[in-house]
Amino acid sequence: MLRFALLRLRSLLLALFVASLVIFAMIELVPGDPASFMLGINAREDTINALREELGLNLPVWQRYTSWVGGMLTGDFGTSYTYRTPVTEILIERLWVSLPLAIYALTLTILIAFPAGIYAASKRGSLTDLTVMGATQLGVAVPNFWFAMLAVLVFAISLRWFPSGGFPGWDAGLYPALRALTLPAIALALPQASILTRIMRSSLLDTLSEDYIRTARAKGLTRGQALRRHALRNALVPVLTIIGLQFSFLLAGAIIIENVFFLPGLGRLVFQAISQRDLIVVESVVMLLVFAVILVNFLVELTYGFVDPQLRRGR
Amino acid sequence: MSLLNIRNLSLSIHGTPILKDVSFSIEEGQIHGLIGESGSGKSMTAYAAMQLLPYGSVCSGEITLNGRDVLNSSESELCQMRGNHVGMVFQEPMTALNPVQTIGQQVAETILIHEPDTSRTEATTRAAQALARCELPQDRFPLSRYPFEMSGGQKQRVVIAMAIALQPKLLIADEPTTALDVTTQAQILTLLERLVREDGMGMLLITHDLAVVSDVADHITIMRRGEVVEAAPTAQLFAELKHPYTQALFKASTHQPERDDQTHDTPLLSVRNVIRDYALPRKALFAPQEYFRALKGVSFDLHHGESLGLVGESGCGKSTLTHAILGLEETQGGTIELDGQPVFTNHKPNRAVRRRMQVVFQDPYSSFNPRHKVARLVAEPFHLHDNPPTGSAREDAVAHALTAVGLSPDDANKYIHEFSGGQRQRIAIARALILRPDLILLDEAVSALDVSIRAQILDLLAELSDTLNLSYLFISHDLSVVRSITDRVLVMKAGEIVEQGETEAVFTNPQHSYTKALIDAAPTLPKGPRHAA
Repeated sequence: MLRFALLRLRSLLLALFVASLVIFAMIELVPGDPASFMLGINAREDTINALREELGLNLPVWQRYTSWVGGMLTGDFGTSYTYRTPVTEILIERLWVSLPLAIYALTLTILIAFPAGIYAASKRGSLTDLTVMGATQLGVAVPNFWFAMLAVLVFAISLRWFPSGGFPGWDAGLYPALRALTLPAIALALPQASILTRIMRSSLLDTLSEDYIRTARAKGLTRGQALRRHALRNALVPVLTIIGLQFSFLLAGAIIIENVFFLPGLGRLVFQAISQRDLIVVESVVMLLVFAVILVNFLVELTYGFVDPQLRRGR
Repeated sequence: MSLLNIRNLSLSIHGTPILKDVSFSIEEGQIHGLIGESGSGKSMTAYAAMQLLPYGSVCSGEITLNGRDVLNSSESELCQMRGNHVGMVFQEPMTALNPVQTIGQQVAETILIHEPDTSRTEATTRAAQALARCELPQDRFPLSRYPFEMSGGQKQRVVIAMAIALQPKLLIADEPTTALDVTTQAQILTLLERLVREDGMGMLLITHDLAVVSDVADHITIMRRGEVVEAAPTAQLFAELKHPYTQALFKASTHQPERDDQTHDTPLLSVRNVIRDYALPRKALFAPQEYFRALKGVSFDLHHGESLGLVGESGCGKSTLTHAILGLEETQGGTIELDGQPVFTNHKPNRAVRRRMQVVFQDPYSSFNPRHKVARLVAEPFHLHDNPPTGSAREDAVAHALTAVGLSPDDANKYIHEFSGGQRQRIAIARALILRPDLILLDEAVSALDVSIRAQILDLLAELSDTLNLSYLFISHDLSVVRSITDRVLVMKAGEIVEQGETEAVFTNPQHSYTKALIDAAPTLPKGPRHAA
């Protein structure tokens, strides 16, 4: 298992290195000067030069790359040009919204998808199965901002159970903060849960037609016992892959939902930074998201090792 | 009273009749062979006895097992019966075990399911005993092993241990040795026979291979198209061969195609000291690269017009050698030449040589693209030509190839799913013939076919070889087939050719101990009826 983990860690570090090169090169290779791009066309020559000095653009390329990477390794992402505050502070502040939101939404996704998928697979062809499949079809097809708007109309405006937007901050207490995140998490979770339910169901159905399920039934296990003891764990690998992808998506892809609910998350930060041409923030957020995606995939691969003994023994 | 009694069993699945009026019975301590070709309903009879039938099945008739009315039992009664009173062994040991559980867990589960009061320790001890009875002693095969750490034969022993852990009255074995090598097959059959005799179990042994049951079964029932055609004690059945179908089956099993001897002394394919290494996964991050040598200096000649057999068990390097000869993979040493032309030049396969060789694979079901029509499938090798024929010339070539293998030119417009297994194998041969090659490699080309179809394909191959002056390299694990169709034979073991010579000479007087072991392990049919022989 340790060898397996080390091998995965090696590819994780390699992927991060390549990602940093690509992100750095993109900013380097865009035509024109980053400083004049950030300041717009009407900027004065001396302002641009001052910014160039500040950004270190006069240094050779390799020096800029090493100081950028070195800074990130020590937690220094530079200073935002528009906010005039260290990017690290902004990122941490935003992460405190986006990360809990993503975890919240993913938890809901799993809580909906696992029972629904397992139940639909075990009652294949029944009315319940058809209903679940129909509902997930709808869940995949309808965009999440539409769910968000419906949820606001019903639960915030009519019923007044949840706030319709905004985030009070964690200082306001756990309950108000979670309450503010509930509707966005549901809106994010519904489409994801629909996808995951379908994956869970089809993966389980594939596994249920395997020979070893027949062996288990011949041993005297009931249908349900065979499903729980033999099919479930084997069906998990594709499901875990999707969960990993979904987490990355929920972390970075909540831009629209964050806008609908006025949440100060990472998605809105990127959106604002791009429109304000704050390349330092864009670069940092992209790198952070890449790191998060790679890290999540690493964790997913480690869980493969727990599910599949063959991987664990490094074959 | 009989242990298993099946009376007038009929079965339909989604309205399609599968079994018609099947009746037979098994006594305690009796080994009952159930024989039939694919689609005869022999497996479905077994699944009906276990009530593990596919969705949409409707049974009528009567099945009593150990006094219990199976067809009128509730699902919970059936669960209690399965594994406890009747154990089952399946054809494909590679997939019959759960890949993520240890063998100990899986054997102990049989005990824990039926005797929930048993402690985990006791169940584990009894699982170890069951595995030891199946010749998997704990000191060499600890309970913590996973299925992927075992060979096919060892996995089959685990499946058997699960089936006999509770000492059931009846053991159902559905083609238990079909997927195994001859020597492993002989060991598994001996094991099953021993367990049955020791525990006084009854056994239903289902197989398509007459030779397999002839050695072990006390009683044989022969099925065709869902019906029983003949049933008799083994010795009597082989002595009389009453039913025409039984006679046909027997004849097909021992079929000897007629062939002209037209071997020339000039070598067509010449293989010299061929070495093939595969890179192994690194043991540690910076460990030196290690290799597995799959071919250890293989040399032989195949003459013009000759049919050369290559036998050996799985993992001996047969497929690696096939790939090397076809130029699909480069070798690490030695030379392979067809009529003096190397198969590989400058690390690239030599197309001029490649188009003089074609191959037919084992599985007629998965070796075709289901989305292409037969015309396109058969014409596929034309990509080896620099200027492939087009238009009517191409159509003519396809029609010609299809006619040569006994199909109609009209079949070119059909899809592959419209054909039976035997017809598909004919299409595979047509695909191999279309470039008018000198050499065809037959990689287990008849192994997946029923005996009667196999006999027809062997006849076709013999006829094509005579009319088109083809040479064959006939690769198979089935010794009787190799004996019937080859002039000379190579015996391969662990990447080396340990014996070669005239086929009859090798079979009647094997020199190498491994060849002797192979021939001894292969099941043989009794001589057949005195009057009909």
